Amino acid sequence: MFQRLPDAGDLAVAITIDGKPVKARAGDTVAAALFAAGIDHCRTTPVSGTPRAPYCMMGVCFECLVTIDGVGNRQACLVPVQEGMSVETQRGKREIGR
Amino acid sequence: MAREFDIAVIGGGLVGAAIAWGLGKIGQRVAVLDEGDIAFRASRGNFALVWVQSKGLGMPEYAGWTVRSSEAWGGFADELKEQTGLDICHQRPGGFHLALSEAELANRESILKRLHNQPAMQRYEWEIMDRARVQRMLPQVGPEVVGGSYCPLDGHVNSPRLFRALHAGMQQLGVTYLPNHPVEQITYRDRQFVMHTPAGEVRSGKLVLAAGNGNARLGPMVGLNVPVRPQRGQIVVTEKAAPFLNYPVVTVRQTDEGGVMLGDSLEETGFDPTVGTGVISTIAERAVRMFPVLARLNVVRTWAALRVMTQDGFPIYDQSATCPGAFVATCHSGVTLAANHALVLAPLIAGGSLPPETFEVFSARRFDVPAAA
Amino acid sequence: MSAVNEVRDSYDVAVVGAGPAGLTAATACAAAGLATVLFDEQPAPGGQIYRAITQTPVQRASILGNDYWYGARLVRDFQASRAQYVPGATVWSLSREREIGVSTGGAARLTQAKRVIIATGALERPFPIPGWTLPGVMTAGAGQILLKSGAMVPQGRTLLAGCGPLLWLLAWQYLNAGVKIDAILDTTARASRSAAWPHAPAFLFSPYFRKGLRLMLSVRRRTKVIAGVTGLRAEGNSRLQQVAYRTADGAEIRLPADTLLLHQGVVPNVNLAMSVGIEHRWDDDQLCWVPVVDGYGGTSVDGVAIAGDGAGIAGAWAAEERGKLAALAAIRALKPDTRQDILPDEANIRLALAKVERGRLFLDRYYQPAASFRIPRGDTIVCRCEEVTAQQIIDTVALGCTGPNQMKSFLRCGMGPCQGRLCGLTVTELMAQTRGVPPAEIGHYRLRPPVKPITLGELAALPKDEAAIKAVVRG
Ligand SMILES: Cc1cc2nc3c(=O)[nH]c(=O)nc-3n(C[C@H](O)[C@H](O)[C@H](O)COP(=O)(O)OP(=O)(O)OC[C@H]3O[C@@H](n4cnc5c(N)ncnc54)[C@H](O)[C@@H]3O)c2cc1C
Ligand code: FES
Repeated sequence: MFQRLPDAGDLAVAITIDGKPVKARAGDTVAAALFAAGIDHCRTTPVSGTPRAPYCMMGVCFECLVTIDGVGNRQACLVPVQEGMSVETQRGKREIGR
Repeated sequence: MAREFDIAVIGGGLVGAAIAWGLGKIGQRVAVLDEGDIAFRASRGNFALVWVQSKGLGMPEYAGWTVRSSEAWGGFADELKEQTGLDICHQRPGGFHLALSEAELANRESILKRLHNQPAMQRYEWEIMDRARVQRMLPQVGPEVVGGSYCPLDGHVNSPRLFRALHAGMQQLGVTYLPNHPVEQITYRDRQFVMHTPAGEVRSGKLVLAAGNGNARLGPMVGLNVPVRPQRGQIVVTEKAAPFLNYPVVTVRQTDEGGVMLGDSLEETGFDPTVGTGVISTIAERAVRMFPVLARLNVVRTWAALRVMTQDGFPIYDQSATCPGAFVATCHSGVTLAANHALVLAPLIAGGSLPPETFEVFSARRFDVPAAA
Repeated sequence: MSAVNEVRDSYDVAVVGAGPAGLTAATACAAAGLATVLFDEQPAPGGQIYRAITQTPVQRASILGNDYWYGARLVRDFQASRAQYVPGATVWSLSREREIGVSTGGAARLTQAKRVIIATGALERPFPIPGWTLPGVMTAGAGQILLKSGAMVPQGRTLLAGCGPLLWLLAWQYLNAGVKIDAILDTTARASRSAAWPHAPAFLFSPYFRKGLRLMLSVRRRTKVIAGVTGLRAEGNSRLQQVAYRTADGAEIRLPADTLLLHQGVVPNVNLAMSVGIEHRWDDDQLCWVPVVDGYGGTSVDGVAIAGDGAGIAGAWAAEERGKLAALAAIRALKPDTRQDILPDEANIRLALAKVERGRLFLDRYYQPAASFRIPRGDTIVCRCEEVTAQQIIDTVALGCTGPNQMKSFLRCGMGPCQGRLCGLTVTELMAQTRGVPPAEIGHYRLRPPVKPITLGELAALPKDEAAIKAVVRG
């Protein structure tokens, strides 16, 4: 569970997470926006189906995989948010063609 | 300190492990001598097909040998599972070879026709399918796929798990596995083989060379000629995806874990297992043309492994005339033939000889005679 | 600096990584007139320590501290240089011939460099405790990245656990920002502390000594620190609910927690270097693989150097100097007639380097994480991607696996998308302990390109020659 310091300033970027509209800060990565939105886990694993959340925030662990604008398994901690972006949390194995 | 066994198997890859497992099962005291963690071990890098179609052009007996293993595979997998608890996911839905142009399809058809027109060729089902029929079975094929060949005997397994199951099974059967025992020299005296390794000597009454490309060097030490050479194959693997492919294609298959394996090149580069961007890019490109839905999947791994290749591409099974009790088994389809190696070859080796009516054709003596024009 | 994303076919020098080492290396090479490119996966320069320095919302200087803001100068110098900067660029392959595979904006391409400087820095050492995969558990570095780049701090019951300077730095920054930390669970091992003392005198002269001491005291004044923690576990049902541990006097404690931030030091990020076959050695003080480099970062692969923490952990100030040394070697090789006043001043660099490296051994030994936190047992997950446990790995040793490569093919351990980054060291040490041999004898996973995933479509679109096509297409 994370919150913003007053320093964060304006939340000017509108995105959706699992269809729900959310405001993010320009410069946020998608992973930061997920935390800010209070998302508890971003995926369940393809092996056992247990929930996972971003762990390293620096592109190393691949725990932050989500579907961004229809493309699955993208590293949320490396992708900056963009106006209108659609983010979806994932379940298990990636669907083919997504 | 020397250790003594009924039979020593040199090489703990799929061929050696399958034979050792088969020998252990019939009560032989077996040692498997192997290299360490870094080794050319094609068993860790193969494509995991149990494949029948197109094998044996030039040696119909090889086609028969392959069909026999394919038939035995189901029972073999069940037996391993019962013994070790490991499901190696053997499946035999039939398999495809896809063509991306009319020329490729015509070429394919002519190869298969020649194969099946050979005298002494074993009969089994196969067919050339046009695009519409292929699409009915593989709905995800791309527009460039013009057709392909299909054979209902083809299948695949989880090859790394097969490898583990054989090792786990060997252990349960009391086979002694000796890693970090690279064999440098073999001597034969008084009907006994002595294997010299940096980790000490091992002695045995019989000997099986199953050292892959290492057999070329070891063979002459016991009077066997084993002309094999490394042939590089590169493979690309994607992240796990939900199941989408119901049949293995000779260069594209989805594993039970979800990853899609894409293969594989044939390169004459000696003992060089490096991955080259141009080759993996070509593999990727052909796979995407066959199945455009793959384009967005992430590649998570690639590797290069060295096949064990003979001049004619067929296996060598042989026994030594000068050092009785020494055998060699080497092939480049160690997954497909694993059932035969464990269930047919191992008992013959334990019995002391390979019946010539079945095995003469696989002897390396075939390379001594210049091929008749 | 030109920030065009257009990657050219060839460069004199390609630098990978925009942390302090990469920034100074690229700046110096460009100053000497070499056609220089700097690739970095992050959207902005700074690397880990100066993460988001050009765009952080945290403008109250007191929160992140002077050592963070110091980095702005490196970025400014780089921006004033003629080097090309390509952010959001993932380098996924490097060949011995120095052909680089790089992906930007969803498209991959190949480029050729006469010299390559790998400055991919460090990553946090794996911290495989029971429950470390639960949502709510993350690394201290991750917490710091959220702070630097998004002004985000934990809310609710927050615990920090582990050892090493970064853990204390993060605590200090959080406290400066007004975050309430419930406790710091200090896992620094008594044995490590005693092993470090002989090297303490040298450390007294390190610039890190006074800083570190002041910071630690400041943190201790403001929050509870529990020393001698062992048996650390994260517990909860599908998310972190509590943290369990044993105190120095053997009591079992459970604390409710919403966030647990773990850290036990950093280790070189070796994947790119290993994939090109650069020789590495096991470092018994830092307990990790370290590339074998000469005085300029030169490696066993011709024309490829490593600078910064990727060549062995020495910290940001050292990284800055090591970046210049790698640049110096590149300039001397490619433009031997470069005027002295343009060349980085080697004598000065070596002086500065000696100063910041003084007493390093003290830090390495003092913060050497205890074996129980590096080498897990039982059901604890080692490989997060494939969900492989410590016991499963131990069992493969009994099956005859002598090293990570055979084990990997038996268990899929290390085959997931992180490509062994979060399990490699654990596996090496676990197998070494099980077999009773030194880690150097166990070795590491054999790594191959792509060292970061790229899509099949990207890979398919790369140029290929006749030989490659012939090797694949068959009847
Ligand atoms: C999470 C974390 C937080 C830290 N915080 C602090 C701190 O607050 N204070 C402190 O003194 N020390 C800190 N350290 C230690 C500090 O990072 C190092 O001492 C210092 O950054 C070393 O500089 P460098 O240039 O070698 O590497 P880094 O600064 O780490 O820079 C490496 C860069 O390379 C990029 N990169 C890596 N692989 C690729 C690739 N394949 N393709 C493209 N780009 C790539 C990375 O994105 C990164 O930007 C931290 C370390 C970590 C891991
Ligand atoms: S959080 Fe680790 S890769 Fe994104």
